[in-house]
Amino acid sequence: MTNALELKGLRKSFGRTEIIRGIDLTVQKGERVGVIGPNGAGKSTLFNLISGRLHPSSGEVHLNGQRIDGLKPYEINRMGLSRSFQITNIFPKLSVFENLRCSVLWSLGYKYSFWRFLTNLRDANDRAEQLMNMIRLGAKRGVLAMNLTYAEQRALEIGITIGGGADVILLDEPTAGMSRSETARFTELIKEVTVGKTLLTVEHDMGVVFGLADKIAVVVYGEVLAFDSPDAVRANARVQEAYLGSSVADAQVGAA
Amino acid sequence: MASSSNRSRRIVWSLFALVMLLAPWVFDSGLGLTILSQMGIAIIACLSYNMLFGQGGMLSFGHAVYTGLGSFVAIHVLNAATKGDLPLPVALVPLAGGLAGMGFAVLFGYVTTRKAGTTFAMITLGLGELVFAMSLMVPEFFGGEGGVSGNRMVRDGWWGITFGPQIQVYYLIAVYTFVCVAAMYAFTRTPLGGMLNAVRDNPERVEFVGYDTQRVRYLAFIISGFFAGIAGGLAALNFEIVTAEVVGAARSGGYLLFTFLGGATFFFGPIIGAVLMVLALVLFSELTQAWLLYLGLIFLLMVMFAPGGIASLIMMNVRVAMFGRLRELALSYLGLAATTALMLAGGTSMVEMVYHLQLNQAEGPVFTYLGLNLDVGKPVHWLVALLVLAAGAGLFEWVRRGFVHRWGLIQAAIEVDMKRRGAA
Repeated sequence: MTNALELKGLRKSFGRTEIIRGIDLTVQKGERVGVIGPNGAGKSTLFNLISGRLHPSSGEVHLNGQRIDGLKPYEINRMGLSRSFQITNIFPKLSVFENLRCSVLWSLGYKYSFWRFLTNLRDANDRAEQLMNMIRLGAKRGVLAMNLTYAEQRALEIGITIGGGADVILLDEPTAGMSRSETARFTELIKEVTVGKTLLTVEHDMGVVFGLADKIAVVVYGEVLAFDSPDAVRANARVQEAYLGSSVADAQVGAA
Repeated sequence: MASSSNRSRRIVWSLFALVMLLAPWVFDSGLGLTILSQMGIAIIACLSYNMLFGQGGMLSFGHAVYTGLGSFVAIHVLNAATKGDLPLPVALVPLAGGLAGMGFAVLFGYVTTRKAGTTFAMITLGLGELVFAMSLMVPEFFGGEGGVSGNRMVRDGWWGITFGPQIQVYYLIAVYTFVCVAAMYAFTRTPLGGMLNAVRDNPERVEFVGYDTQRVRYLAFIISGFFAGIAGGLAALNFEIVTAEVVGAARSGGYLLFTFLGGATFFFGPIIGAVLMVLALVLFSELTQAWLLYLGLIFLLMVMFAPGGIASLIMMNVRVAMFGRLRELALSYLGLAATTALMLAGGTSMVEMVYHLQLNQAEGPVFTYLGLNLDVGKPVHWLVALLVLAAGAGLFEWVRRGFVHRWGLIQAAIEVDMKRRGAA
């Protein structure tokens, strides 16, 4: 069986500063991985390297056995990897429905066609409709994305990410900026819509990470400190020292 | 619901066709026909521009390159056809212009659409200047100072259609306009048209749903070039002469300015813009020497206060009307119109006096404006004009405040109404 995602000796420098300092990571098909680490550890940069937003300085990225480092984001997306963004990244002046339809067009093979009408694309419209109900935005069909509430925009962000049917999904802090009750509901939603997919998610909220992931990767200063089951990671002394023992995690545990 | 929207769409398109069909019978003077013909051409040009600007977020400063080169190729094709070198009916010459516009868009667009935003705008500006400079350097193609002229007359056309009389050319333009407008509207409803809007809104995200933004922009640019070229080809037939200014920066600026004035956010906005463009260029410029100054001021005010253009002003009022609240604003609108007229009377009197002082002194100090004899030598005339302007401005501000307050109340009420309907 080929691995869904494989990183080999991945490095990235900005000028003289090395942000990612040699990461090796293998994610199996269907695994759900939580990526945690302190601020500035390079989690978002890691996602940017995998998804093609940035190109690595050295090292390799393999998606389903095929090498993808150096490819353009849209090429990587067409090969079956999709991502969401920490800062909401949607189409503000399009309606909820149109946002979702944009996300499904390529995967259904409509490409750049200008000889058929969108309204006649049964499968694309059905799929967008189905996505809209999955992310509980059925009542907001015609509302422009910029007029949605923050939580609704975050849900739309997820909807666009899964729209193309990619089997490897990267979610960059999907619950960032949400209230506690919203976070709980949203975590359930993410679980539901990513069933059967390989999932990598960056998360600050420990409750979400331990609830969502079967494996946890701890990234500290551009290196993977540990990659193991949640319990093993929790018990790992180096992790406790480097991250879980930090004031951030203490504060979160205290609040919980 | 779908059938009712289908029916209203059919009604709108039928009305559009009917207006174009009947317009020459209403405005049946020579000038009327000239203006109508140019309007048809301008509508295609402005809509093709808005494919880039409003739908794709591409601020082009060089759209006249594609209309203009379409014109030049069309006039050469016309000449070849009339000489008998090319077996092409005159009615299809605009298509040759379209293919030329498309060809040049394939060529130049490959460079310009690699970048978006400011870089795109700069490259189009540079390319526009380049083509204009070329037009003076290659007189074999561009005809030098005098341009290239042609003759659209067909000796013995079918059913007496010789394209000699302007009315026949008008109807040819009208057919092209209707088909092109329909085609460009259809484009907005295709996958490529939809993704073009997505690229305008958020190019980065488009890359992460599988689309190459450069490719989307490039394809839209080529299609826009095709329609621009058709407009250029029609212009070549209409005027029977093409000079270098058709590829100039002033023409490109005109497309941008009037597309914006008409309203880039709605499909029909540029149609309004195109109508205004022809009225301004043909009528307004005859009325006053200061027309460019007025145009600049209008553009400035629109950018500042109504960035959605006239189309968005119309749509906002249509919304108010749909909720049955337009009547409450009637008095405010009347007041705004009256005070604006007062302001304009004072302001334009002063502008005209300045222009008279600077340009027409040889004719003496007195000239007629708005039925009054104004004397630039008498300080009291200046003073009265100034007072009228000041009074108009003061009253306008007073009416405006009341209007803004009422407008806000109505909008808030509509929001509440919509929420309630949405919940029900």
